[in-house]
Amino acid sequence: MSKMESEQEFEKARSPFAEAWGMFRRNHTAVGALGVLLLILLGAIFGPFLYGVDPFEMVWAPFSPPGEEGFMLGTDYLGRDLLAMIISGARVSLLIGLSAALVSILIGVTVGALAGFYRGWVEEVLMRVTEFFQVLPTLLFSMVLVALFGASLPMITFAIGVVSWTAVARITRSEFLRIRELEYVMAARASGGSNKTLMFTVILPNALPPIIVQSALMVGSAILFEAGLSFLGLTDPNVVSWGQIIGSNRQYILDAGYTVTFPGIAIFVTVLAISLVGDGLNDALNPKLRQR
Amino acid sequence: MQFLQTTLIRIFYAIVLLVAVLVLNFSLMHLAPGDVADTISQSMGGADQELLDRIRSDYGLDQPFLVQLGRYIAGVLQFDLGFSFFYNQPVTKLIMERLPATLLLVVTAQLLALFLGVFLGVISARKPNGLTSHFVTFMALFGYAAPVFWTGILLLIGFSLHLHWFPVAGMRDVTISGGFWVHFVDVLRHLILPMITLASIFLALYSRLARATMMEVLGSDYVRTAKSKGLSQRQVVYKHALKNSLSPVITLAGLQFSAVISGAVLVETVFSWPGLGTLAFQSIIARDTPTILGILFFSALVVIVGNLLTDIALRLVDPRLRGRS
Repeated sequence: MSKMESEQEFEKARSPFAEAWGMFRRNHTAVGALGVLLLILLGAIFGPFLYGVDPFEMVWAPFSPPGEEGFMLGTDYLGRDLLAMIISGARVSLLIGLSAALVSILIGVTVGALAGFYRGWVEEVLMRVTEFFQVLPTLLFSMVLVALFGASLPMITFAIGVVSWTAVARITRSEFLRIRELEYVMAARASGGSNKTLMFTVILPNALPPIIVQSALMVGSAILFEAGLSFLGLTDPNVVSWGQIIGSNRQYILDAGYTVTFPGIAIFVTVLAISLVGDGLNDALNPKLRQR
Repeated sequence: MQFLQTTLIRIFYAIVLLVAVLVLNFSLMHLAPGDVADTISQSMGGADQELLDRIRSDYGLDQPFLVQLGRYIAGVLQFDLGFSFFYNQPVTKLIMERLPATLLLVVTAQLLALFLGVFLGVISARKPNGLTSHFVTFMALFGYAAPVFWTGILLLIGFSLHLHWFPVAGMRDVTISGGFWVHFVDVLRHLILPMITLASIFLALYSRLARATMMEVLGSDYVRTAKSKGLSQRQVVYKHALKNSLSPVITLAGLQFSAVISGAVLVETVFSWPGLGTLAFQSIIARDTPTILGILFFSALVVIVGNLLTDIALRLVDPRLRGRS
């Protein structure tokens, strides 16, 4: 590439999204992981239509090994089709993973933004609350919530979200503390911007990159968290989820190890893909960090 | 003096946090549908309203919220966490029976993860493109993405069911008789798989951080000075650099207590390890609210005390942190 061309490219104004995508695309692992993730998402949405076996129905003798009698992944201890269960479980895992992450991001960003923006006693109180949620053993606390208030999907989502927002709050707070002292924020303040304007339209957009990266990781953690809860039997009995398949089949691992292996692979691949995409986002959105 | 003052402030905060956990605990118990009277009447096969009222007044459930809360906190101060109607035992007694097993698992797993993690981190910092370094990167991804209960089951299938190297479940073999060492080896054989499983989550975390800080320290001025004095690479790394790269790792380890306990619940359930996690699992199935809340309080206590001790230890080791409050 000649000098002229590279200068032209430098001068071309690109939208932040285009710029981030350009950086993201250079990380081949992350792009591959994004592809895998899209496949899993498509499988979760359209899979039940393409593969019409009812995940709750007993279709064959229990513990039929993978590949025999036309059941690609075999059957579980009740003779249910494992492939149908995993496809159906993908919906629950992804749904809870996304919505629980959303809950924790909403709580975390609100707490962190208020603490970082107002400082003083607001910050002191909110940070003590954050500390309080950090000492609660996360899994035990959500087990208690689900056990006491019922294992419905909204309750499980809330129970996961309410214990996992502390990291987001800390990141948001430190970004707000840093950005609120910058000149363009002072300029906005001097030109009469209200606190609301300053918080949501001036500071928040500039604080987003690390929050987005953390959010991607939160989805992965929430999926693992849901898997843990449903492994322990704390799940809506009317749906199938990956952790629950492992939990309910674990007594029979001597005869049918595949009944726990396959759903575990599903969780592993999904969370791994999310975490690799998160790494890619980190490179794309925080180019300064990468140079260190 | 400064050290003592900071420590006292920390202890005060720890107590405030504990009281907050108690208030939360009690509010949960209060908000949850059904109370002790319902539990008792259920176990008797039903009771009329009169009897329910009598049970409620016997247990003080008709008192105002704050009075009940005060009694609950006063009870906890006297090591009374309530009574489990499912196990027919005081909750404190149940927890005390199970606590040693959990502590054994949690402490050994943390130590394994710490020592191995720092060791792997140091090796890979010395050779950033070596085999160990790639292994650390791989382990970090695996340790994050694999659900810990799944790792445990896979290890169980491989090493216990197929190879028969380790026992399948529990903490000891009741049929074994012999002296102290026989029992020691027996518990150790039961401990190895759960310990490795639990450590696998944290090993990756520690080795990655140890690698990063070690590489940073190895590039600093005093390391160059040490090298130019003619010290061997080994001496520089293990005598000079290691000390300074340890404190971030210890800080991180201190922050993991809550995650370790969460992991222990799952690992104990997989290996039927007779600790607090299995107790939590069983009491949740049995809807035994006093026991569940007692475990929640106790684990929060372990986390808070753990954080406090980490903090004190760090400020003892690292003089730069001493004035920090």
